[in-house]
Amino acid sequence: MKLQINVRNVVVALVALGLLLLPLYSAATGNIFILTLFTRIVIFALAAASLNLIMGYGGMMSFGHAAYLGIGGYAVGILAFEGIGSGFIQWPVALAASALYALVIGALSLRTRGVYFIMITLAFAQMAYYVASGLSRYGGDDGLTIYRRSTFGGLIDLSNRVQFYYLCLFCLFGGVYLIWRIVNSRFGMVVQGIRSNEQRMQAIGYHANRYRLVCFVISGTICGLAGALLANNTDFVSPAGMYWTRSGELMVMVVFGGMGSLFGPVIGTILFLLLEELLSQFTEYWALVMGPLLLLIVLFARGGIMGLLGRVGRG
Amino acid sequence: MLVLIEQSLNGLQFGLLLFLLAAGLTLVFGIMDFVNLAHGSLYMMGAYFAATFVAWTGSFLLGVVLALGATLLLGIALEFVALRHLYGRDHLDQVLATFGLILFFNDAVRLIWGPAGLVLPLPAWLTVPVQIMPGVFYPAYRLSIIVVALAVAAMLYVVVMRTRVGMLIRAGASNREMIGALGINIKLLFTLVFGLGAALAGLAGLMQAPILTVQIGMGENILILAFVIIVIGGIGSIRGAFLAAIFVGMIDTLGRAFLPDLLRMVLSSAAASTAAPALSSMLIYLLMAIVLVLRPEGLFPAARR
Repeated sequence: MKLQINVRNVVVALVALGLLLLPLYSAATGNIFILTLFTRIVIFALAAASLNLIMGYGGMMSFGHAAYLGIGGYAVGILAFEGIGSGFIQWPVALAASALYALVIGALSLRTRGVYFIMITLAFAQMAYYVASGLSRYGGDDGLTIYRRSTFGGLIDLSNRVQFYYLCLFCLFGGVYLIWRIVNSRFGMVVQGIRSNEQRMQAIGYHANRYRLVCFVISGTICGLAGALLANNTDFVSPAGMYWTRSGELMVMVVFGGMGSLFGPVIGTILFLLLEELLSQFTEYWALVMGPLLLLIVLFARGGIMGLLGRVGRG
Repeated sequence: MLVLIEQSLNGLQFGLLLFLLAAGLTLVFGIMDFVNLAHGSLYMMGAYFAATFVAWTGSFLLGVVLALGATLLLGIALEFVALRHLYGRDHLDQVLATFGLILFFNDAVRLIWGPAGLVLPLPAWLTVPVQIMPGVFYPAYRLSIIVVALAVAAMLYVVVMRTRVGMLIRAGASNREMIGALGINIKLLFTLVFGLGAALAGLAGLMQAPILTVQIGMGENILILAFVIIVIGGIGSIRGAFLAAIFVGMIDTLGRAFLPDLLRMVLSSAAASTAAPALSSMLIYLLMAIVLVLRPEGLFPAARR
């Protein structure tokens, strides 16, 4: 793939560079807050990127992605609670649990299309939320505090802010790279083909739902990783973290940045969370501004930031 | 036996409330092909309006009528200002825009009424228990919810099946462009249907209000139940929504009431009391999964498309 120099790619490169150098800035100015804020942003960016894989490329509008954040988080939290602190066990379990959930939910939900799919993924995620609320041994509604972050046998110390930030960033870049490889692979081409014309792909001989399901599971697994990171970041998991508004926020991040563009969700997440942070410093009622803003973006700025940048580049 | 009758009536009452909510949702979806997540916000607004107006006027009935009118107007205003620009757009756009509206409504309510919930006190004549069978008493208010909701369901049936407006609504559901081409003012019809749906949601909200507290986010959980009902009943089908709503209301209520005891028969008492709450809240979703496996298009799909 030839790299072109246009506005969009320059912005992406600058953002990536900025994320890489952020800990230096934080160390130089002593501003710890910005590092913790961006750790959160990077984790959500990974979740948004995973959602973009099925929304932007697969055409599957999942409204239940917060469930994976919860499942990944609860896998870490529950294992830590039961005395298994090693990340080498916790994280694979988190990924496997998310993958399994995605497999079951995907197999059921993919029997439907369009609005039904949105409603059903939403309903199943809400079911996961209620199950988490019912786990009385693990805190129930109040959530579960994680007293020790995952250990990796001295390889990396998750309690060290900078090391943890770089681990999250590594996961984000790795995730985006993986998605890039998937999208440009034969498998990714088939999935995108199914999005644009399912009947034609069926006629050529592709089993559309199998491809969709695999894509759905990959996306859920990546999001489960984000969940494991998030649990380590907040030292806490609770049902509130998988409430359906969280799924909506993830969707907003993807659309803010530009659905179906590789790096768009990352930029969308940065914008969304920074905006939220900024608004909540002015007023407690930040959603009063965010809600109508969202409506305006949907009405007038389809294609998100990446779409706008693409237009600037051409025009 | 007594408990069973009482819980069945509770289930029926909850199911009918769910129907009021789901009917508006499915009407709007069936006719305008519009997914309205903010439907739950209208439910919430109905409850808040009712609590406010009842406190102002001092009369329960007057307050309720005013609240109903206010929700209707709010729905029409909402359609006029924002939502009509979203018809014909991608479903994702509609979901995101109405998600934005939910955020807005929740914070607007927090700003106006404060974060603490409100209570809607019942007048004395609605708090007395009524003897429905020899020796069986049931709260008058819950009984009145059942009566009102059934009356509204019957009215809805008559309006949709027996009047000119209903005919236009059904025609709009089967072919929007065609009835527009035949000279029907489709924009007005859409606004009307949206207002009707809003009023139904508001009615459900204000009737539920005295039973639960009036609080922020009260519309969201019940909205998801309404989605489940629409999926089970088949999108765009009012009859399907009615049957599925009763079904879901019954299963949810009876499950919560009796599942702990049933589980205790097979499991140890400690295991049962931990598993029962989670399982009973999962019950309707499991039901939905089963329906999806057997009949992906829902149990009573509207005969169209």
